[in-house]
Amino acid sequence: MSDDRTTGDGLLDGVRESDLPQWATDLGLIAGIVLATYVGFAVLGLLTGVSVNAIAGFLQTVTFYAAVYALVALALNLHWGYTGLFNIGVAGFMAVGVYTMAILTAAPDGSPAGLGLPIPIGVVGGMIAAALVGFVAALPALRVRADYFAIVTLGLSEIIRLSLLSGALRSFEIGGTEYGTGGGSGIRYTPVDSVIPWLLERPVFGFVGDQLFALGTILGIQPSVIQGALYTGVLIVFVVAFYLLLTRITYSPFGRLLKAIREDELAARSLGKNTDRTKIIVFMVGCGLMGLAGILWQGSRSLVSPDSFMPIVTFYIFVALIVGGEGSNTGSVIGGFAFAAFLWEGPRFIRTIVRTHADVRAPPTIYDAFVALGGGDPLALVGYMIGTLDEIRFILVGVVLILLMIWRPDGLLGHRKEIAAATDLSRRPTATDGGQTGEEAATTGGETDE
Amino acid sequence: MSTGSGQGRFSNVTAQDVVGGLLLLGIAVLILDLIRLVVTGGLPLGRLWAYVWNGIVDSLYIGLAAIGLSMTYSILRFANFSHGDLVTTGAFSGWTAAYLVGGLGVAELSSRLLLRADGGAQPGSVGMDVLSAPLAIVVGLIVAAIITIGVALAIDRLVYKRLRDAGGIPLLIASVGVALALRYLIAFFYTTETRGVVASAPQPEAPGFLPMETINLHEATLVISALTLILGIHLLLQYTKLGKSMRAMSDNKDLALITGIPTERVIFATWVIGSGLAGVAGYLIVLDRGQITINLGWFLLLLIFAAVILGGIGSIYGALAGSLVIGLTINLSLVWIPADMNEIAAFTLMILVLIFKPDGLFGGVETA
Repeated sequence: MSDDRTTGDGLLDGVRESDLPQWATDLGLIAGIVLATYVGFAVLGLLTGVSVNAIAGFLQTVTFYAAVYALVALALNLHWGYTGLFNIGVAGFMAVGVYTMAILTAAPDGSPAGLGLPIPIGVVGGMIAAALVGFVAALPALRVRADYFAIVTLGLSEIIRLSLLSGALRSFEIGGTEYGTGGGSGIRYTPVDSVIPWLLERPVFGFVGDQLFALGTILGIQPSVIQGALYTGVLIVFVVAFYLLLTRITYSPFGRLLKAIREDELAARSLGKNTDRTKIIVFMVGCGLMGLAGILWQGSRSLVSPDSFMPIVTFYIFVALIVGGEGSNTGSVIGGFAFAAFLWEGPRFIRTIVRTHADVRAPPTIYDAFVALGGGDPLALVGYMIGTLDEIRFILVGVVLILLMIWRPDGLLGHRKEIAAATDLSRRPTATDGGQTGEEAATTGGETDE
Repeated sequence: MSTGSGQGRFSNVTAQDVVGGLLLLGIAVLILDLIRLVVTGGLPLGRLWAYVWNGIVDSLYIGLAAIGLSMTYSILRFANFSHGDLVTTGAFSGWTAAYLVGGLGVAELSSRLLLRADGGAQPGSVGMDVLSAPLAIVVGLIVAAIITIGVALAIDRLVYKRLRDAGGIPLLIASVGVALALRYLIAFFYTTETRGVVASAPQPEAPGFLPMETINLHEATLVISALTLILGIHLLLQYTKLGKSMRAMSDNKDLALITGIPTERVIFATWVIGSGLAGVAGYLIVLDRGQITINLGWFLLLLIFAAVILGGIGSIYGALAGSLVIGLTINLSLVWIPADMNEIAAFTLMILVLIFKPDGLFGGVETA
């Protein structure tokens, strides 16, 4: 189809036909999955008598987590999906971003004190700091194999977390003011979602916001849910920006080099490409984006502590990426959404439904639950399972990861081949057309395609 | 471009040596400083001995777990992130057995079966120490090994066997999934509460020839059991046909296949030995620390990896030596840095070794 470009009058049509469908189908796919999920949860909720406010709140939370997981998964996709750098220290890079932002923006009279700079400076500073730590981590990437690199990055993320946690960096005095990481109790700062009240005071946003709040009152949705939804909207803008940026990177010559490194680094190197420099650059870019994603995620709480960056967080993001399929930006977004909706928040929705219907009180241990079951009361076991839903959720995440590795290692969308060349070589007319001149060949090619 | 490659060659040749030299220099400086501290009295000899002893104890249970991790790494060719949770499995299953036996007639079945998930059956009242309930402790030790082996074999059959030829990274990811599922399956039954399950250790006075005043009998149990098992592994690897095939497999899998070594049987033996030792390690850690938690093995995993890497992946003696280095590092580093940073020292050491000496501290001896 791309051959249509050569026919002069159909140039625009050609572009639309050859380029639009790819991202349009992707957009349609994402929108379809999101809408179907929303409708599914809403109908399920309404049928089982969950209040509109609870459903709206739930969908808001799902969208929030979907957006943040999509953000980090997109950044990770740049590392692993496109370049083949198996980075399992994501939590550490996020921690660097968030802590830098927190120290830069926290109030100068707080404890521990910050520098009191405006939030945008903090956000940019956090990204730069994460990218710089990424630079330090990328140096070993040049010499160790994939599984060693995994352990190096995991070790680094634990070093970062333990340093933030340690008493030695908890507070130190510079010029009579106590700065520091606050150790286990963390740092307080102005959250980045304070952008919403600020936006609501601007003319256009304020008007739209008022309408939304009015609509919420009619439907019985709390203003706090709408406030959250507005911040989630900001996150979605960032997801789109990440998506465009990464698609731009990965379809550029630089992106082709990344894929070449992933497939065969030696071959890329022997073609005269400086793979070392490329790997460092791409690692720094990805880490900067992880820092930003961390700021948008954790930075929307007003307190950050090292507990938010346990190694397990990295693996959630991996699950999101693997569900979608590594090496596909659309897959990363869908994976983030699927993880948030079905694995992360879905079980909680079931808990809400069960709790609105039955007065299930969790027995203290599973032994009591089985005793009650033996006495003819199955509700106790249900109650116990509802009470331990967080544990069950982790089991589910683990099982999904295993099943994906066994049956679908490429994820939902990972099997797609992304064309590296500027024109789609696989669709070229075959050698049988060899005798024809360019234009004729192109027309024939276009016709056979349609 | 030419300057880039020139720099690359420059760093290739010297960085390794420079960092290796710096590491040695650093260690030498630290040893000199240690001597200075002891001579000037800044560090009482008793405290130094306590650090060294704790380092040896830590290195023994890390070593038990590291043997298994090193074996799976070299024979199955992947970094098994679920190994830490096999340690946890051993701890929970072993202590449940110990409570079932030791608390018979003393505490309620529900408290014993779920290891005090309901807060009943105080370890002191049940008499959970080696002198009051030696039988229960030994039964627990054996059950810990058996159940962990069973769990590991089941996981291998269900998960890893289907991925034999999948390559290192898919197996690594699957093992993360296994780790999560296994740990929270345990949490589902036993709850996520951290709780004490062992009574305080009996501490009789030590005989005169030992450099300490009292002997912590639980620590002594750990040391003796671990050393016995390590000796057993050594004999097994060196003097049995199975040991020889395992060494052959970890050395060169393809060559081993051609010579007719039954791969699946060796893999079976790897899981049996590796997970059995991991389970025992978990059980003994709880005996020493007194507390049990579902994150026991997961938090230990990176230290175990550090030990395996330091010793050179695939080498069991290397793993033991690496464990000794890690155990001494996390304890002796307390002389200079605060206690909440000692793991940072261990992980930094691990990263430096991975980057600059990926064959391990003791050269690339791959065989056993």
